[in-house]
Amino acid sequence: MVKTLLAGIVLGVLGSGALAWFVPAVDLHRERSLISVVPNGGNVEVFHINLPRDRILVGLPNDDSTLPADLDWPGREHLPGLQAEIFKVRDRNDTIIGVASRLASAEEPTGAFIEWVIHLPARGTLYVNMGVTPTAEGLREGTMRAGTRDFATLSGTMSERLLSDLDEEYDVDKRIVLETRLVGPLEAEE
Amino acid sequence: MKYLISLLIGIVIGAVVFLLGLYYNPFQGQTAVSPLAVTDQRVIEMSFSAVPGDALLYTDAGDSKIEPHPDRVAELWEPAIVETRLIVTMLEDARGGVAGLGIKYFTASEATAVINGEALANSVWHVYLPGQGTMMIDQTENYWSYIRDVIIPAHWSSADNWRGTFHGILTNGPGSLGTARVSGGSGLFAGLTSESVESLTARAYSAVSGPVSMSGSLAIALPQPTLANE
Repeated sequence: MVKTLLAGIVLGVLGSGALAWFVPAVDLHRERSLISVVPNGGNVEVFHINLPRDRILVGLPNDDSTLPADLDWPGREHLPGLQAEIFKVRDRNDTIIGVASRLASAEEPTGAFIEWVIHLPARGTLYVNMGVTPTAEGLREGTMRAGTRDFATLSGTMSERLLSDLDEEYDVDKRIVLETRLVGPLEAEE
Repeated sequence: MKYLISLLIGIVIGAVVFLLGLYYNPFQGQTAVSPLAVTDQRVIEMSFSAVPGDALLYTDAGDSKIEPHPDRVAELWEPAIVETRLIVTMLEDARGGVAGLGIKYFTASEATAVINGEALANSVWHVYLPGQGTMMIDQTENYWSYIRDVIIPAHWSSADNWRGTFHGILTNGPGSLGTARVSGGSGLFAGLTSESVESLTARAYSAVSGPVSMSGSLAIALPQPTLANE
């Protein structure tokens, strides 16, 4: 019986080790990436944000109009001129796949800026610096500054467009559409 | 029958021995010295409260012991973001003054391997420093020493809390020296590529409500050309 007990102990140690080694402690949910390939070899992906439904935070220089309502935003006192927004981000199928922050300031002494950090948990993060001035059609273009994990080796651009007068669901007044156009590094010739 | 019971008891003992081996593994040390301690670049250090209730905003899937803050903040319950936590906090300089705003996303990593002493998270900071510029800091963090030395003792305690002094470096990549990657975005930091390290100092933790007294620190190395512009 002692031998059986000892065999059980060894089995317990080995079994627990195998469990810890082979069973993933974290298994992130993945939505299929809805990517279109364009003729130059790059890929295009469109994300969107439904407003106001997908807003998590709005912090404005005028700290009377913040979201959530109880947010103690220090805008006027410590962050003058900064417009900070955080959203949930959707893919083309209207499924939420990540979160994103947009920081903008027109009064910054070192120069006005608009930028996005788009965090897609199962894929990685995009950091994009946008142009300050939009085109006549309301389109704003930006350049990818950095990326992590799936986006680490990619480079490219992103456009931002605000669509209003949507005739869709009752709680979607406007939509921010983000379109990324990314390319991978050139392969070394063999 | 008695052999079967003996085997089952042995398996349970073996599993407990394995868990104790993981917990007391002397080879899983805790990094307490920043890799930036030996850099010849200037290092700016900013601190923040790591107590979610002290932050401007904290939210997660809504099923953790930590209450989202403030009231009625949207929760991250959708399947793709359910493992993600978001904290928005003011960053303080060494004198306790406001240095800027930090937005941190952190998501449990699929590379987590407790058997190796790795409870990993992929995290990203979006940082704004008024009058200086913006940057993104991306890193892999290892929370194992924090879980082992703070969270588990708090749950073992009959009072459901932990008090003491814990200091650890959370950052363990992607830099080869275990540093985070800094990408400057605008202002003085435009085009900057540098390194950063995040550390955590804990003094009290409740098994019921989470962190009670805890602060974090972000150390960012700034190359000399950036300083010349200041």
